[in-house]
Amino acid sequence: MASHLLSLLIWLPILGAIAVLAFGREARVARWLSLLIALATFALSVPLWTGYQPSGPLMQFVESMAWIPALKVNYALGVDGISVALIVLTTFTSVLVILGSWGPIEKRVSQYMAAMLALEGLLIGVFAATDALLFYVFFEGMLIPMFIIIGIWGGPRRVYATLKFFIYTFLGSIFMLVGLIYLHMKTGEFSLDAFSRAGLGSTEQAWLFFAFLIAFAIKVPMWPVHTWLPDAHVEAPTGGSVILAAIMLKVGGYGFLRFSLPITPDASQEYAWVVIAMSLIAIIYIGYVALVQEDMKKLIAYSSIAHMGFVTLGLFIALALVRQHQNPMGARLAIQGAMVQMISHGFVSGAMFSCIGVMYDRLHTRMIKDYGGVANVMPWFAAFMVLFAMANCGLPGTSGFIGEFMVILAAFQDSPLIALLAAFTLIIGAAYTLWLVKRVIFGEVGNDKVAKMKDLDAREWIVLGAFAVAVLALGVYPKPLTDLMEPAVLQIVKALAMAKA
Amino acid sequence: MIQFNPADLVTLRPELFLLGATCSILLIDLFLKAAQRDVTHWLSLLALAATAALVYCGIPAPGQSVPAFNDMFVSDGVAGVLKLFVLLMTGLVFLYGRSYLRDRKLFIGEFYLLLLFATLGMMLLVSAGSLVTVYLGLELLTLSSYALVALNRDSAASSEAAIKYFVLGALASGLLLYGMSMIYGATGTLDLAKIHAVADFSTNSPHRTLLAFGLVFLVVGIAFKLGAAPFHMWLPDVYQGAPTAITVFIGSAPKLAAFGMAYRLLEGGMGGLHGQWTLMLAWLAVLSLAVGNLFAIAQTNLKRMLAYSTISHVGFLLLGFVNGSASGYAAAMFYAISYALMAAVAFGMILLLARAGFEAEEIDDFKGLNQRNPWYAGIMAITMFSLAGVPPLFGFFAKLMVLKAAIDAGQLWLAIVAIVFAIVGLYYYLRVVKVMYFDEPADDAPLALPPDRAFRWSLSLNGLALLALGIAWSPLLEWCNSAFAAVAK
Repeated sequence: MASHLLSLLIWLPILGAIAVLAFGREARVARWLSLLIALATFALSVPLWTGYQPSGPLMQFVESMAWIPALKVNYALGVDGISVALIVLTTFTSVLVILGSWGPIEKRVSQYMAAMLALEGLLIGVFAATDALLFYVFFEGMLIPMFIIIGIWGGPRRVYATLKFFIYTFLGSIFMLVGLIYLHMKTGEFSLDAFSRAGLGSTEQAWLFFAFLIAFAIKVPMWPVHTWLPDAHVEAPTGGSVILAAIMLKVGGYGFLRFSLPITPDASQEYAWVVIAMSLIAIIYIGYVALVQEDMKKLIAYSSIAHMGFVTLGLFIALALVRQHQNPMGARLAIQGAMVQMISHGFVSGAMFSCIGVMYDRLHTRMIKDYGGVANVMPWFAAFMVLFAMANCGLPGTSGFIGEFMVILAAFQDSPLIALLAAFTLIIGAAYTLWLVKRVIFGEVGNDKVAKMKDLDAREWIVLGAFAVAVLALGVYPKPLTDLMEPAVLQIVKALAMAKA
Repeated sequence: MIQFNPADLVTLRPELFLLGATCSILLIDLFLKAAQRDVTHWLSLLALAATAALVYCGIPAPGQSVPAFNDMFVSDGVAGVLKLFVLLMTGLVFLYGRSYLRDRKLFIGEFYLLLLFATLGMMLLVSAGSLVTVYLGLELLTLSSYALVALNRDSAASSEAAIKYFVLGALASGLLLYGMSMIYGATGTLDLAKIHAVADFSTNSPHRTLLAFGLVFLVVGIAFKLGAAPFHMWLPDVYQGAPTAITVFIGSAPKLAAFGMAYRLLEGGMGGLHGQWTLMLAWLAVLSLAVGNLFAIAQTNLKRMLAYSTISHVGFLLLGFVNGSASGYAAAMFYAISYALMAAVAFGMILLLARAGFEAEEIDDFKGLNQRNPWYAGIMAITMFSLAGVPPLFGFFAKLMVLKAAIDAGQLWLAIVAIVFAIVGLYYYLRVVKVMYFDEPADDAPLALPPDRAFRWSLSLNGLALLALGIAWSPLLEWCNSAFAAVAK
C-alpha cells in the first residue's frame, strides 16, 4: 500500500500556515491553531519513527509521482533512518519553538506562526526529497520564511543580517543548481539515485564537488564562509535562532551526505583534506573566537560552528578510513558519530538559544555583562541552563558527548594528529561554555534588574524540560538512534568502498 | 503569380475578427459620452476574449503549420501560444489600467483603440511568414505604442518619453529594414521559409558578406525591440515616463511579440546562419545581464528599477535562443511568458497603490505595505521572489529552463555568468520586500484600494498564478515544447 505519510508531514504545516494566516487575526487564535498544527505534525512523525523497519529496504514510505514529465522530474519522497531522525528532530523542535514564541512575539503573531509552520514543512521536504530538483526547491524555498522571520521580528540590525543571510545562502546554492542541471544533462533525470550512478570522470567530479561544497559549506556553515551565521543569530528572534541552529544548519551536513559523498566520491576523497582542514579550523579557531564574545547569542552561534565542524570532520574522515585504511568499521563509526552529533547539536543548540531567549525576554539584553548571579533568583532556570551547558561542552552522560567521542575515536584510526586537534574542543568548548555559565548564572546578583527576574513559568518549563529530556535520553541511551540510522550508514560506507575508481 | 485563395481568410479569422471588432469599437466609441466609456472597456475585453477563442480553435496540430496568402502569413503552434498570451496580457492591461486612467482624466477611447491595434500588430508579427509581414506587424505595434506613451499630452515626462521612444524606435526600424533589404539582395526573396532554404553561408558563397551584414542589422533591430543591452537606452526612460497603465503594456505583451519576431527572423529565416547569430546573442545576453542588474541596484524609482530588471530578463531569455534548438526556443518562450506575467503584477501593483494626484512609483511608496494591506504585500512579495528566481515560484523554473538550455548547448560559461548576475539581481528585488515588510509605513492608515473590483481580483489572480505555475508548470512547459515540435533537432 502506498503511504502518503511523508506528503502529509510536508503539506500539513504548509497548509496550516495558510489557515493560520486566514483565521489568525486574533493573536490567541493564531497561537493555539499553530500549536495544534505543530503538535499534529509531531504526532504524525511518530509513526514514521516507529514504522521504519531497520531490517526492511533502505528507503521506506516511498512516494513517487511524475511532476514534470518533460524533464523526468518526479515528486519523489522517501526516507532512510537518517532522514527519519532529522524529520523527528524538526517536528519536535517546531512544537517547542511555537510554544517558546508564545509570549515574546507580540506583533503580527499570525504571520510569525505561519512563517514558522511553512518553514517546518519545507524542512521536512528537504529531508524527505529523493529527487534533486525537489530537494532544491525545498532547500531554497525555506530561505523565504526565514528571511521574513529575521527581518520582521529581529533585532536592531535585522535588515542587514537577513539580507546577508539570504544572499549568502542563495549564492551558495545557485552554484549547486548549475551542477544539478549538468548532472541532468548527463543522466536525463533528476533522481539522486541516477546521479550516483552517473559514472562521472574525475574532472567532472571535481567541479561538481566544489559546486556542492560551496552550497553546503555555506549552509553548515564552515569556516571561512560562516560569517552570515553570527549576524543572523544575533538579530533573529529566539524562535528563529532555535530553528536556524537546531535544524537549518543540519541541512548542510545532510547535503554532504546525500550529494557530495554518493555523487562525487572520488573527488570527495581527493579533496577530503580541504574539508578536514576547514573542519579543524572551525573546531579550534572558531572555538577561540567564541571565547571572547560578549554577546551570549554570538557565543552560542560560534560554538555551533565549532560543533558542526565535527559533523563535516566525521563525514570526510570516513572516506579516508574506508579507502586508504580499508577500515569500514571505522568509517561507520565516523559517519554514525557525525549523524549523532547533528541530532545532539540540534537539541543542545536549540536548548541553549531557548535559555538565552528566556533571559532576553526578562531583561532585553544579550550582553553577558548585564547578567550575573541568575542562579540566585531563577534556580530552576539555572539548573536547566547548567545542564545544557554541560551538554554543550560534551560532558559524558549528555548527548553532546556521544557524537564528539565517536568522531574523535574514528579520527584516531586515521591520524592521531587530527584526533588530537579535534579533541582540543573538549578543552575550548568547556572553557567558553563554563566561563559563560560562571559569569551569567553564578556569583553575586549582578544588578537590580537581575534581582527582579522571575523564575520560569509553566510554558518555559515545558520547553526547557522537553529539551532536557531529549539531551539526557540521547546521552544515556543513544542506541535507538544509532540502530535507526545503522542501515543507512552501512549503505553509505558500502557505496563509498565500492565506488573506488 | 499572386493568387487569392478564399481559404486563407479562414486561417486569418482571429486577425480579421479583431480588426473588425476594433473598427466597430472605434465607431461605437464616437457616439459614447465620457460617462459611458465603460461600454468601450467591456466591449474591448469581449473582443479580446472572442479573438482568443478563435485563436485557440485555430491552432493546428503540433508540428503542423498552415500558410496563408502565399506564405506571407503562417499559423502554427508558436504563433498560437504567443497570440493567446498576447491577448491575455492586453486584457490584463485593460483591467489594470481603468481606475488609474480615470483618476487622471485619461480614460478615453484612444487608449482602447490604440491598444487593440497594437495587439493586432503583435498577432501579425508572431505569425509573419515574410519580411514584409514582419515589418508590417512591427510598425503597427510600434506606431500605436508611440502614441500610447504620449497619451498624457500635458505631462512633460510622458511627451519626452514618447519622443525618445519614437526617435530610437524609428532608428531601430530603419536598421531592421536595411538588414532586410540586404538579405533580400543576397537571397532574392522576402519569404522567410525560402530565405531559410537559400541563404548560403558557406565560404565559397558569393553572398557571404552581404548575408553577414544583413544578419547583423537584423540582430540589432531585434535587440532594440527586445531592449537588450547595448541597445536598451530607450527602455528606462520610456518605462518611467509613460503613464503606468501604458508601462504595464509595454513591459509585458510586446516582449512576447519581440520573442516571436526574433524566432521568425532568426530561426525561420536565418536558421542556416545559426552559428553566427548564436554568438552575437550570447554577447548581447552577457551585456544585458550585466547592465540590467548593475544599473537596477542604484534605482530608487520602482518603474525605472523594473525597466533595468527587464533588460536583465531579456538577457536570460536570450540564453534560450543561444541553444538554437526546439527545447531552447521552448525555454525562451516559457521565459517570455513568465516574465510577461510577472511584469504585469509588478506594474499592476504600482497602479493599485496610485491614487488621483499620487503616483506610487518610488520604492519608498511601498514602505510598510505589509502593515497596511498584508494581502497585496504578499502578492508583491511573491512577484519579487519570482522575479529574483527563488523556488517554488514560476520565475525560478523559467530560469531553470533557460539555464538548462544554455548548459545543454555546451555554454556552461554563459550559465555561470547568468547566475552570478542573478545573485546581483536578488539584492534589488529583496530590497522591495524589505521596504514592504521590515520598514514602518509613513502612514498607518489601511491602504485605500481602488473600488474597481475586477482590477483587484485579476491582479490577485495574476499574482497567485505565479505561485500556482511554480507548482504546476509542467502543462505550460509541455505546451511550449509542443509548439516547437516542427523545429529540427
